[in-house]
Amino acid sequence: MNVMRPMPAGQVGRSVPRLEARQKVTGRADYVHNVVVPGMLYTKVFRSTVAHGRILSIDTSAAEALEGVYRVVTGEDIKTIVPEPYYGPAFHDQPVLALEKVRHVGEPVAVVLAEDPYIAAEAVQLITAEYEELEPVFDEVEAVTSKAVVHEVLRPAGTFPDLKHLVGRRDTNVALDYQLRRGDVDAAFAAADHVFEHEFRTQQTMHTPLEPMVSLAIPGHESLTIHTASQSPSFVRIEIARLLGWPENRVRVLVPHLGGGFGAKLYIKLEALVACLALLVRRPVKLSLTMEEQFYTITKHASTFRIKSSIKNGKITGRRCEVFWNGGAYADIGPRVTQKSGFTAPGPYDIENVSIDSVALYTNRPPAGALRGFGIPQLVWAYESHTDLIARDLGIDPVEFRRNNILREGREQATGTAMKDAAIEAVLDDIAQKMDWSKPFDRGTGTVKRGRGIAIGFKASISPTTSVAIVNVYGDGSCSVYLSTVDMGQGSDTAMAQIVAETLGIETENVKVIHPDTDVTPYDMATLGSRSTFHMGHAVKLAAQHARDQLTELAASLGLPAGTNYGPKELFKKKYGMQAGNIVGVGSYIPEYTSPAPETGLSANVTPFWMVGGTGVEIEVDTETGHVKILRMINAADLGRALNPKVVETQLSGAALMQLGFTLFENMEYDNGQVTNASFADYKIPGIHDIPARIENDIVEAEQTNGPYGAKGVGESATFGVSPAIANAIHDAVGVRLTEMPLTPESVFRAIRAKKG
Amino acid sequence: MDSTSRQIRFTLNGRPVSARVESHLDLVDLLRRFDLFGARESCGQGLCGCCTVLVDGVAVSGCLTLAQLVDGKSVTTVESLDESGELSHVQQAFIDEGAFQCGFCTPGFVMMAHELLKQNPDPNETEIRDYLAGNLCRCAAYPEIIRAVRSAADRMRPA
Repeated sequence: MNVMRPMPAGQVGRSVPRLEARQKVTGRADYVHNVVVPGMLYTKVFRSTVAHGRILSIDTSAAEALEGVYRVVTGEDIKTIVPEPYYGPAFHDQPVLALEKVRHVGEPVAVVLAEDPYIAAEAVQLITAEYEELEPVFDEVEAVTSKAVVHEVLRPAGTFPDLKHLVGRRDTNVALDYQLRRGDVDAAFAAADHVFEHEFRTQQTMHTPLEPMVSLAIPGHESLTIHTASQSPSFVRIEIARLLGWPENRVRVLVPHLGGGFGAKLYIKLEALVACLALLVRRPVKLSLTMEEQFYTITKHASTFRIKSSIKNGKITGRRCEVFWNGGAYADIGPRVTQKSGFTAPGPYDIENVSIDSVALYTNRPPAGALRGFGIPQLVWAYESHTDLIARDLGIDPVEFRRNNILREGREQATGTAMKDAAIEAVLDDIAQKMDWSKPFDRGTGTVKRGRGIAIGFKASISPTTSVAIVNVYGDGSCSVYLSTVDMGQGSDTAMAQIVAETLGIETENVKVIHPDTDVTPYDMATLGSRSTFHMGHAVKLAAQHARDQLTELAASLGLPAGTNYGPKELFKKKYGMQAGNIVGVGSYIPEYTSPAPETGLSANVTPFWMVGGTGVEIEVDTETGHVKILRMINAADLGRALNPKVVETQLSGAALMQLGFTLFENMEYDNGQVTNASFADYKIPGIHDIPARIENDIVEAEQTNGPYGAKGVGESATFGVSPAIANAIHDAVGVRLTEMPLTPESVFRAIRAKKG
Repeated sequence: MDSTSRQIRFTLNGRPVSARVESHLDLVDLLRRFDLFGARESCGQGLCGCCTVLVDGVAVSGCLTLAQLVDGKSVTTVESLDESGELSHVQQAFIDEGAFQCGFCTPGFVMMAHELLKQNPDPNETEIRDYLAGNLCRCAAYPEIIRAVRSAADRMRPA
């Protein structure tokens, strides 16, 4: 691994084992899963069996008659607690339980509450519902013009200025139509030597965190406590308070460790439902989803990307991007994906003339939201497949073609934001060098052909967002850091403790991290989009500096000379005469940001940092079966300076292997809106036999000059290049181009057969 | 609900215990009654290995094992491995190699790694992959898990 020199003070840049390592290997780590409270009711959700329909009736009588059933609740009951029970981060479009209509198979329609989870599960089988079926729409491109309309009226949440023009819009499935216009693409196409146009598609997939979603709400005196497996405790509190018309301080949200998130556990998932149920029955209520139910809850966008480029003298002079995002029945964060990722659709290339239309669409599939990359893997899949096709057609080496067009430091990205601290070329060079790209390559023999491919991508940080942290130094000099960032496996607890330790000059292992508890830990926008290291990292560093400054002031107020050797423990004792007192440091961070102009989509400062990642693969294709074997995979990323190189390396490796599953086999299959493979028996995720024989993960030497200790996010970067690198390698090996994911043996074999004629 | 509950007796991590158990209850939920949360239900189909426990020394999926069937048997969970207060070699190797991220699947992998090393003290990479093929890790810490098992084997080998 290319680890750069360690940090001088030694706490950041050190491969500290995760602080919670011991609890995790002994099975004693806290998950919401473990929480049981007295008087708690268990629940099971009754779900829609039709993709689009008007609810005519729901018969809960047989379920209610079952011994041990406490109550059965429908959408109408929810309205007695929340008159307008619609939630969501971008649109207030999702009912707590279905009202009037159902919009996808698996949508929650009713809930059984029982003393025993087995009884709840049995009772739910006794509920029946009648629907008047409506014409559904499933495909994102068809949804643009379809007569089937998922939501009669659009209901943007009002918190995002760029959604305001959508308020009250009727009879459309377009939930957001983001545009960017730079230069004149038509003129570029007219003046070009060559024009290339392709369409690429991606399939719908699911995060499948191994800890299925789970939430528990406990009603109190004019208050509510929610234990939830959430990536966004602050958002949960704000949104639940909004629904109930309460001040924030009456809602308490606690999050222990998460058994994986990957974007699935963001915003509100089960929390609104358990909150309403707990208030309705005045008892604690727990809802634990099964693996199958997760597939009906949140997914990754299927997409269609039409991309057209003009080439003159080997340079890309113009690029038109039309991206259609299949958002499913509820917007969730889809409109953010559409915009915040949409503006990078032309790729990390220096292109004068760009036109982007990125369109979020409602369909009658389960909702789509954020999944490790926030739309970027779908975009890179298309633009890096396209880039490879152009290079091949022009007879230029694909790495050379990329280098000729790459977006360099100081040059403006499509939005007009100048590139800074984005080691795009270094990532490309690192991979090419590791692969000995310029040297001859063994192409295999007989029926097994070999090929290699490379792809790079980049991502802006979701901006502008806020993080707040508290560092509390106790009477004996030990300290804790209080933050609402959720450690879902990415190692944020350890990284934040390292920042505190570095700033205060103490050992990381002695810093305690207080897990999210909104009664105690301050606001954090959410744990998403690889934002924590940068945003929360800054807040934690500021909080630690604030504490350090107060300790210096305390020493001065006690008449001690500057630079005195007294530790905090002695200072407290000197001031209070005994072991007592606190020093509380507070840090708050929001980066500078300029909102894109509504007409052009342009902004001079669209992101505080860029994430850069790429992948190179060497593969074998069995031409008799279409089977693709990854012989070697190299992932490289610019993440600034690595706070914890070992954790960073596992993030790169894990992200790339997750994307490998999305690339080669994961696919939600449907029959008239019903997911037919919603279980691990039929929906395969990568197992230990699926990992490449050789996998290397490189931290490219770089520094994020405005980052805390030179660092920035890394959780998603290694997802970017995986899919197109493999498609490019398949093309290299057997001369066929796949334009639709997943790249299954069947699709490879069919393409080989089609080529033979 | 049709359910026949009955009293069962079994050995749990070396100690005799008893419980009143309904006929439909699975072993994961039974263990929860003893405040043992290391075996976890994830896929619910015996395909992910998160609920791995030993029944009479044989690794089983707790989510597919009816609790009444452990009557008279010996059940061993991940919580038994550090009863001395010391981590096992496998557990320490998992920490040293960074062989987990979210940790939800980790007890299952740790249990299976112990079983593998009992049967084969010096497994090669192929043997490790084959033996752990029934355990899933969505964080995909597989390369580190393989290294951890190799490392544990080295640590356990008599000097």
